[in-house]
Amino acid sequence: MKLWQIAHSRSGDKGTISNISLIAFRAEDYARLTRHVTAVRVRERFAGLVTGEVRRYELPSIAALNFVLHGMVDGGVTRTLALDTHGKSLSSALLDMEIPDDDD
Amino acid sequence: MKTVRIGSGAGFAGDRIEPAVELATHGSLDYLVLECLAERTIALAQEARAQDPSRGFDPMLERRLEAVLPTCREHGVTIVTNMGAANPASAGARARELARRLGCHGLTIATVSGDDVYDVVMAGDFAIAETGAPVSTLKDRLISANAYIGAEPIVEALAKGARLVITGRAADPSLFVGPLAYSLGWQFDAWPALGRGTLAGHLLECAGQVTGGYFADPGRKDVAGLERLGFPIAEVADEGPIIITKVSGSGGAVTAATCKEQLLYEIHDPSAYITPDTIADFSQVTVTQVADDRVAVDGATGRARPDTLKVSLGYRDGYIGEGQISYAGSGAVGRARLAAAVARDRLERSGIAPADIRCDLIGISALHGEAMSTAVAEPYEVRVRVAARTPSRETAGRIGEEVESLYTNGPAGGGGATRSVREVVAIASTFIPRALVPCTVQIEVA
Repeated sequence: MKLWQIAHSRSGDKGTISNISLIAFRAEDYARLTRHVTAVRVRERFAGLVTGEVRRYELPSIAALNFVLHGMVDGGVTRTLALDTHGKSLSSALLDMEIPDDDD
Repeated sequence: MKTVRIGSGAGFAGDRIEPAVELATHGSLDYLVLECLAERTIALAQEARAQDPSRGFDPMLERRLEAVLPTCREHGVTIVTNMGAANPASAGARARELARRLGCHGLTIATVSGDDVYDVVMAGDFAIAETGAPVSTLKDRLISANAYIGAEPIVEALAKGARLVITGRAADPSLFVGPLAYSLGWQFDAWPALGRGTLAGHLLECAGQVTGGYFADPGRKDVAGLERLGFPIAEVADEGPIIITKVSGSGGAVTAATCKEQLLYEIHDPSAYITPDTIADFSQVTVTQVADDRVAVDGATGRARPDTLKVSLGYRDGYIGEGQISYAGSGAVGRARLAAAVARDRLERSGIAPADIRCDLIGISALHGEAMSTAVAEPYEVRVRVAARTPSRETAGRIGEEVESLYTNGPAGGGGATRSVREVVAIASTFIPRALVPCTVQIEVA
């Protein structure tokens, strides 16, 4: 299944660092998110776009994960040549990630 | 127990104006905050001030204040805004003239100055956080250096009777923490309270982003009424949860989901959200829908504020030129790739470094690159975008020229070419001791 079937997301930026939240629609899906959406997998997902570390923060009280992506390619908001200078659309790329749907 | 109602009437410089009027008129507010200042915005404002010393405040200052001042006056709402940008004093003078013209005689206006630390960072020994190089190496490329100041001068302004407070580079959440601290009597070592106030400010500072904006996704997350989106209100008391709501009947929605998305927006470590007022901790926050368009947010706290203040440095960093052209129908992608290759080849031959040129296919790979693109079928149309960084404005103009000349020299059926050139104002940061940023509060009466 795709992540968007069980979670929603928003992305933001501070210079060359982007963050992408991943929030379970239902609290019972939080464990599944923590199991399958690891920092390693998110780094793979954004392999062409991130040069640095990906860190994951866990927020069980709101059934959410927060991914912080260091070293966004191309120098960050103010001097990037990219069309989406702020990385506002990154959340959609995360939500299209595939996770196993047979482990309940 | 006293409850403060604080509304957010703008979340960025170009935000809609009428939601603020709706909030002031129908929101039963104590305070209306207008947050209009981004990192690049203040650098551009410093450039405007350098050209004309009477300018450098937000260009929409008069339009926004004209829309909200009379109704705020009528309903007893105090306004706090960072529209002073690079020139709070001139903004205050302009606001006073405007208030008189609108019949708001006797309105007490406060301006907060002191965030401009250009001379301090150029004279001192400060390192650029991103590179480690001394700030002074930016030399005449440095346009602006503004410290993120906290809520204390806003409290001072309110204590002096201000009903309109105009700051420069105050930190966004501090615009909210100021009125809350003043009304609820928080001292600037009451860290857990300041952490709660910072959470309220953080949830509200992007205005429509917590009421359904930047959220709607048809079929998955439906939001009605984005065309008349209501902006948010926080109800904050000395204890208990913060309530996020909006004016009844306005568009959009306040739900647990909208609040959770905004809670994590631009957050790195949720247990250490660093502001000038406190290091806030959002890691244990709970979010509960208590009624339609009413969400309770609880559990934020804070610890001692940092000894240094972050300084946003704006500097000139060359130019970016851009050109775009579209192709349609069968074979469109192949023609678009050919067009991009031709433009790139000619720009590289003209001496622009390959690393400074970027070619995108809008509709296929412009946002996240080829690897992410999962296009299953060839799209009906595709738009080529060529962008390049150059040291001069003249060279930047060459990018658009190369793309435009594809009309007659490139692949078949290219249409709709556009071109643009912009100066790059890049942003870096440094940190300086608080003691080097004394702020002053000036009072004027309309």
